[in-house]
Amino acid sequence: MSEAMKNPTVKLAGVLLVILAATALPFFISNYRVFQFNMVLVYAIVLLGLNLLTGYNGQISLGHGAFYAIGAYVAAIMMDRFGLPYWSTVPAAGIVCFVVGFLFGLPALRLRGHYLALATFALGVAMPQLLKYKHLEAWTGGVQGIVIIKPDPPFGLKVTPDQWLYLYSLAIAVVMFVLAWNLLRGRVGRAMVAIRDHPVAAEAMGVNISLYKTTTFGISALYTGVAGALGAIVVQFVAPDSFQSGLSISFLVGVVIGGVASISGAIYGAFFIQFIPNFADHISKAAPWAIYGLFLLFFVYLMPFGVAGTIRWAMARMRGVPV
Amino acid sequence: MEAFLHQVFSGLATGGIYASLALAMVMIYQSTNHINFAQGEMAMFSTYLAWSIVQTGMPFWIAFVLTIAISFVVGLIIERVVIRPVENAPVLSVVTVFIALLVILNSVAGWIYTYTIKTFPSPFPAAPPFGNKFISSHELGTIGITLVVLVALYAFFRFTPLGLAMRAAAQNPNSSRLVGIRVGWMLALGWGLAAGIGAVAGVLVAPVIYLEPNMMAGVLLYALASALLGGIDNPFGAVVGGFLVGVMENLLGAYLIGTELKLTVALAIIIIVLLVKPSGFFGKVLVSRV
Repeated sequence: MSEAMKNPTVKLAGVLLVILAATALPFFISNYRVFQFNMVLVYAIVLLGLNLLTGYNGQISLGHGAFYAIGAYVAAIMMDRFGLPYWSTVPAAGIVCFVVGFLFGLPALRLRGHYLALATFALGVAMPQLLKYKHLEAWTGGVQGIVIIKPDPPFGLKVTPDQWLYLYSLAIAVVMFVLAWNLLRGRVGRAMVAIRDHPVAAEAMGVNISLYKTTTFGISALYTGVAGALGAIVVQFVAPDSFQSGLSISFLVGVVIGGVASISGAIYGAFFIQFIPNFADHISKAAPWAIYGLFLLFFVYLMPFGVAGTIRWAMARMRGVPV
Repeated sequence: MEAFLHQVFSGLATGGIYASLALAMVMIYQSTNHINFAQGEMAMFSTYLAWSIVQTGMPFWIAFVLTIAISFVVGLIIERVVIRPVENAPVLSVVTVFIALLVILNSVAGWIYTYTIKTFPSPFPAAPPFGNKFISSHELGTIGITLVVLVALYAFFRFTPLGLAMRAAAQNPNSSRLVGIRVGWMLALGWGLAAGIGAVAGVLVAPVIYLEPNMMAGVLLYALASALLGGIDNPFGAVVGGFLVGVMENLLGAYLIGTELKLTVALAIIIIVLLVKPSGFFGKVLVSRV
């Protein structure tokens, strides 16, 4: 098996098997579990987007909760205020977030490392307040937020609304992952990584740094916005206080634990941020964050490439490749 | 006019708190080029510590000094144990460690002290000093203590051999090591000092905004804005920036945009400074060599 793992056909078959299993999953578990796994899909899309920016392009964001919130609100406002169908909100949220992300990426161009982390951190902290702002209340519903009605499955399909939403999210997640994989394996992906590793050399090679960096910011926000819209529909509710700065921090936790600069890492990270707080909640209200913190330290010190990196390392060891 | 002056003075008082916390950040930034996201939570924890000590019936000022001393030691230990291993790691690892510290301190405080809001006694008399109408005793005291801290720090760095060694270690670690300065310990000392200054800020702000585990989020943001406005590598600038931001926050809040968007103002200040003048008013302009 160890030699076979390197074969792209085998790899593809493995991926298809995982997708197949994920499609079958909702028919074997309770509706509540379907909801939880649906959130895993949503988080996986966010983490993938954040990983494009932070992992591959080297721009640290501690404020992706803000883009998630914008995506969620776009969906909620379109459905609640304009009565538009749920599926139309997902691309709309993506486009709005792309524009906002691109614009935020412009000042971010001048910031590196800690400074960028700082500016995005401020964005994440300030977002709930902006959403509560009284002149926007006619749109956002202020502190009360907006309640969304769960969409029914179309074409008279014999599935529950939860199962349908899960399958819908799964389809979008698969598309988003394929697009990201395609983006990263080509010229664009190499340019992104080059900018992260050595901006001066990248520029000397003719990479337009400003354009790539802002566009990456936009694409990353687009992923997060799409996930935000899906998340809002799944949770059926948006309110400013669901998008506190803690959300952005969970996303960073997911990226670090899943694996920085890794596509599959987004999935491991999503499982982590969806299920670990649930377990930890049984201990104490304060426990989830303490456990997040300890896991973060543990991973930074001992597994800096996250779960995905560790799996890659273990595979290489099994093949007998020196690492 | 009276109301305006009152706003300015109370702005100067909160500005003093921002200045202290900003100063703590500059201390760490100067020696390591790291922005400590956990600075606010460290200060919060120190404030709880002060609260516990005051609860035992100890006089306020003794508790104050004791808190600063304990915070100093804890800050030192944090640097040695948690920060040391990532000293030369990539930025993302360092930021992650700071965030980890932030959430751990926050949740441990919630665990020990619960999330209920506590009042914190002010050491200053309730009546305004000299019967004036513009400034309360606590506000005047806050400004005074900030200035004392600033002068003490200046004297420490300017006139003591240890202060000189710390400056040297921050400026040129390699040469400092060659002349026998223990650079690692100087960094740890910087963290200890920063934690002590943060404790001062926490104890001063707690009577105004009350004590709870998330009390520092807003203050931290404003302190960051202050540090950037003054120049993140200049302690003097951080203090000026703190007072400026404090007054600006109060005047904008009272006359222009109301209190609902206070955090957004901090965000705007941060972004505008970073865009227009990333080095701040008094910072050094960074030039990178290809």
